[in-house]
Amino acid sequence: MLRLPRFRLLEPRSYGEAAQLLAENGAGALDRSRGTPTLRVMLVAGGTDLFPNMKRRQFTPELLISLARVRDASGIQRNGHLDISAGTTLSAIAQDPGIRERSTALAEAAEVVSTPQLRNMGTIGGNICLDTRCNWYDQSLFWRTAEGFCMKTNPDVVCRVATSSPRCLAVASADTVPALLVLGATVHFEDAEGGRDVPLADLYQEDGIQPMALRQDEVLTDVTLPEADGWRSTYLKMRDRGSFDFPIAAVAAAVRWDGAKVSEARIAITALGSRPQLVADAARPLVGTSLDDVTIALAAEAVHKAARPMDNTSGTISQRKRAALVFTERALRSLRPA
Amino acid sequence: MTKQLLTLRVNGEPRTIAADTHHTLLEVLREELGLTGTKHGCELGECGACTVLVDGVPILACLTLPTLVGDSEVTTVEGLASAEDLHPLQVAFAEEGAAQCGYCTPGMLMTAKALLDTTARPTRAASLRAQGPLPLPLRKAGGTNATGAQLP
Amino acid sequence: MSEFSVIGRRLPKVNSWAHLTGQARYADDLFLPRMLYGRLLRSTRPHARIRRVDTSRALAHPGVVAVVTGADMPEKMGIMPSTQDETALAVDRVRYVGEPVAAVAAFDEDTAFDALSLIQIDYEDLEPIFTIEEALEREDVKIHDEAKRANVFKEVHLSFGDLEGGFGAADHLRDDWFFFERNTHAPIESHSAVASYGPDDKLTLWTATQVPHYLHRELEKVLGLPRSRIRVIATPNGGAFGGKSDPFGHEFAAALLSMRTRRPVKITLDREEVFYAHRGRHPVKMRIRTGVKKDGEITAVHYQSWLDGGAYASYGIATTYYTGALLTVTYRIPAYKFDGVRVYTNKPPCGPKRGHGTTQPRYGFECQIDKIAEDLDLDPLEYRKKILQPANSRTVNDLRITSMGLGECLDALQRSTRYSERRGQLGTGKGIGLAGSAYISGAGLPIYWNEMPHSGAEIRIDRGGGVTVMCGTSEIGQGSDNMLASVAAEALGVMPADVHVVSGDTSLAPVDLGSYSSRVTFMAGNAVRDAAMKLRALLVAAAAEKLEVPAERLLTAYGRIYDRDDPAKFITFADAAVLAESKHGTLVAAGSYKPPKGIGGSFKGAGVGPTPAYSYQAAVAEVTVDMDTGMVTVDKVTTAHDCGRALNPANVEGQVEGSAYMGYGEIIGEEQVFRGGLHKKPSLLDYKIPTSLDTPVLEAIVVESVDAEGPFGAKEAGEGPLNPVIPAIANAVYDAIGVRFDETPITAEKILTALGKRDRRGERKTRIGPDGLDAGKADPKRALRRLTASTDARERKRPVS
Repeated sequence: MLRLPRFRLLEPRSYGEAAQLLAENGAGALDRSRGTPTLRVMLVAGGTDLFPNMKRRQFTPELLISLARVRDASGIQRNGHLDISAGTTLSAIAQDPGIRERSTALAEAAEVVSTPQLRNMGTIGGNICLDTRCNWYDQSLFWRTAEGFCMKTNPDVVCRVATSSPRCLAVASADTVPALLVLGATVHFEDAEGGRDVPLADLYQEDGIQPMALRQDEVLTDVTLPEADGWRSTYLKMRDRGSFDFPIAAVAAAVRWDGAKVSEARIAITALGSRPQLVADAARPLVGTSLDDVTIALAAEAVHKAARPMDNTSGTISQRKRAALVFTERALRSLRPA
Repeated sequence: MTKQLLTLRVNGEPRTIAADTHHTLLEVLREELGLTGTKHGCELGECGACTVLVDGVPILACLTLPTLVGDSEVTTVEGLASAEDLHPLQVAFAEEGAAQCGYCTPGMLMTAKALLDTTARPTRAASLRAQGPLPLPLRKAGGTNATGAQLP
Repeated sequence: MSEFSVIGRRLPKVNSWAHLTGQARYADDLFLPRMLYGRLLRSTRPHARIRRVDTSRALAHPGVVAVVTGADMPEKMGIMPSTQDETALAVDRVRYVGEPVAAVAAFDEDTAFDALSLIQIDYEDLEPIFTIEEALEREDVKIHDEAKRANVFKEVHLSFGDLEGGFGAADHLRDDWFFFERNTHAPIESHSAVASYGPDDKLTLWTATQVPHYLHRELEKVLGLPRSRIRVIATPNGGAFGGKSDPFGHEFAAALLSMRTRRPVKITLDREEVFYAHRGRHPVKMRIRTGVKKDGEITAVHYQSWLDGGAYASYGIATTYYTGALLTVTYRIPAYKFDGVRVYTNKPPCGPKRGHGTTQPRYGFECQIDKIAEDLDLDPLEYRKKILQPANSRTVNDLRITSMGLGECLDALQRSTRYSERRGQLGTGKGIGLAGSAYISGAGLPIYWNEMPHSGAEIRIDRGGGVTVMCGTSEIGQGSDNMLASVAAEALGVMPADVHVVSGDTSLAPVDLGSYSSRVTFMAGNAVRDAAMKLRALLVAAAAEKLEVPAERLLTAYGRIYDRDDPAKFITFADAAVLAESKHGTLVAAGSYKPPKGIGGSFKGAGVGPTPAYSYQAAVAEVTVDMDTGMVTVDKVTTAHDCGRALNPANVEGQVEGSAYMGYGEIIGEEQVFRGGLHKKPSLLDYKIPTSLDTPVLEAIVVESVDAEGPFGAKEAGEGPLNPVIPAIANAVYDAIGVRFDETPITAEKILTALGKRDRRGERKTRIGPDGLDAGKADPKRALRRLTASTDARERKRPVS
């Protein structure tokens, strides 16, 4: 059977301790002794993304710092805003009645991540920090040896998706992120020195190798969503099968109703580029309308324009671009008052 | 290679073993404890054949480090039946002809058990959702029957 | 009340308790003392000469015990004796990415894995061939030097009846091209073998195989060990579907490593390796020309197929013939011509997958029948009923037809689905489609020429009335152990639960040729019945004497032998066994089965197609197409299947449903595609087998035509029901959106293209499919240029380590 590479495991009991261990063990350092450069130290939460990657030898860290035993790492608190600890499982989020009612897009997104077993293990923090994916990258060591590797693991090699691309085109694939974006989420990181809050929208960047503006010695601890009064939201995902598959195009939409008019709106997409992103051009025309068909078509057109899928997932570029348009329409229509 | 001494509670029994740090719960169950009823079809979390329950919650043994299971109770297919009686699900699966080659069956039984333990009368849809990851009840077939067998 | 006490009842399978408690031992579940773990090193090149293999660093690696390479087992092997072109591990040339080249045995699997990267192979790249067209045209590149023309593995031409006359008499002619994409079995249990070579110089190999007997022969040939010293035990297969019916490199490698180390060695493939082992559905391009009269009566069919066989023969010679052999058994065809070509390409070898070679042509033909019905304004269901090949007849290619329940299947479907009323009436985006099919209940001929039985069984009755059935069949999940127990139980008058089954063991059980071509129920069932009836006669005679009742009046059921006229007058089975053993000695009987002569023709190529009985089946599919996203949902598949007699209806339904599921997967999402010879999706994440949530509602209708020669009237149920599902779905999609899918799979992209929604030009299509072979388009050297380019880029850009 396919097995994990060897590693040492540390099990800190607090986020502070985890950050300390990261700092002490040289987080961010690359080990170049095994041919393919790899991070020497990595954090693991649920392990549902990292362990398959490690089994395929995309990463062979010498040290893993597990967050599984961190005290109070999971939990959902609501006091005006919503505070979700990073270690909360996707199942817990999908099943939380409060989230379902007030932050619907997040519940819907958490519910369609992979499979029930995986959601019982995978955490919201892990999903937010999900590695970007690519048909040329998420392959075994054998496969990548036969292909000749790619830029994401071997910086001196071309990007296989588009050999002339100066950057890695791996695709953002986390379901919960666009939902969190339209819900206005902020994330909290801790490091050995202290902590910082980052609006989630500022976390991601269009780079398949470094998809997050984040240091390797930081630990994601919490996600905070603001008060959701008047907001309605939804998440729609295109995938090949009814379970298990990563999104190949996905749209989250949220609108705030003020009477019969939309007072605020956000639309976010993922799986259509290297970063999940808010599409401001799509949300803007919605404000002040009652989501009539013409307005929705305008928004959908803007999403279509912003979607830049590459040929590195299943499905095709045109199918996925079209799905972005169709799902935007469907999402917005579903947000009209009942 | 770093072996560590590990105590797990499996099917109600405390079991102490020395295992490599990088070996998953799947490997430890099958290779150290001889509990080969838990199967594997991909080792990447893609097939669901290795589903076991940890404190009643279905998880994938192939992506779980045993050390992180801690004091939790692990239940495998070998722990379904008691000395006296088969679990009602086992009887139902047999009566409905739900197992064909039987390879995915342990994983299906474990997800079904978790579903029935938390939902008194699941619908067909809920049952299918719970099995979602097991692409495969139906590859060999018996899937419709397997679904039927989970319904009260 | 039924005349049977076992047959026809929904009894739990005899092996279900082991399955349901985790006690069933599959190959990878075996752990032997001192066992070593092996791994295979596989080729990273699609086509290359092996200049040198250096295993010294691997051998020096701590924990490694032995390394073997192709040079250690140079003997040619392969499932078909006439086309053996493989070696256990590649010797001097690799022909596909993933071909095994060397094997390592170590104390643990981690070490074996690590050691693989220490084996140095010096390759000299050769130009690869990837397409059917290139393979046909490129005389200058030979994947196998033995190929007579370019890279043609096999070419067959058969003609029956007056083809020209038939086409001349036709009022209407259809000429359609089809393409069926490559797909694979994806059993959830990956291949696994455990070999143990003992101090007695005997080898035991436990392996997940469908064909223990054929493997036994090949082990002898390759290992140079007399077959008398080899024992093959087919472990329960965790799904197989044809994918475990070749002899595989890992089986030989485990055996040789065990012989070298004198320790047990286990090699279990990981999921990715299963994709390279493959032997799955051949990609086939097809051209079908069919002439019909105004009323639809077929006057002639000319069927041509081009098969992409991948790098080796496997069952390819049979597959090639099967693409043409069975088109004639469903509908009356008075004149028929078949041309088939199978070529080599530098991809994993194709072989038999559920429906072996008949699935692709059946798809094309049933789509074409649907088109003919439309052309002639006929109801497709009524049309098929009108042109049925009659029962107890011979086809134009000299195949003997006995029981034939396709008409009943169509009637049952009409009753269940109201197909005829609903077709064309479901509105845009919703459709209903139909197709029929047939399959064999075992091949008329064995794989190697011989006059021995195809199946043998032995039954022993112990002094406590226990019954043990021994038969060489391999339990692959199709329920063969339960079938053996049920047939023996019915014949002897006990319950299946009283029967012990020993199967798949070449030392303990008589030869059965294997679990392929849907032969087990018919052939092993008859062999077991034969043996059981011999023992029954002894028991009944003993009981007759004891009860003082004429033997003809005695019946056997529920562990009793009793007087038909006075059931209170009985003796128990166990008592009868003691009486019979006292009189006749140890109660053992052997039975065997061989298909009758004269069930096929005598021309060259007539060996493929004949069977003692054809199963028949038809399916109705109901689909919904999302007109905006192109996604297809199959809402329901109803399959009616003529299995002769359902020995256990629950098991037959399970097989029919499983077939429907698999057929659904083949047309909606599964495809094996390659880039530069490298498999694009070798994982269960990327290779889209349907999940529980995708699977349509499945309904199985059992039709019983009670075949005169089948055991208790039974025919096959495990393969045929796959065939009609694929064209039924294609026909349903046509009903939904007016687009013909003359190629598989039906993807969202193709739907959007056809609907004119792929781009902004809005060009609609009424058909997606090939228009012919891409003759002359094979660009010489293109593949090598691409390969070289990427290799150069890699060498240039990779950091020097």
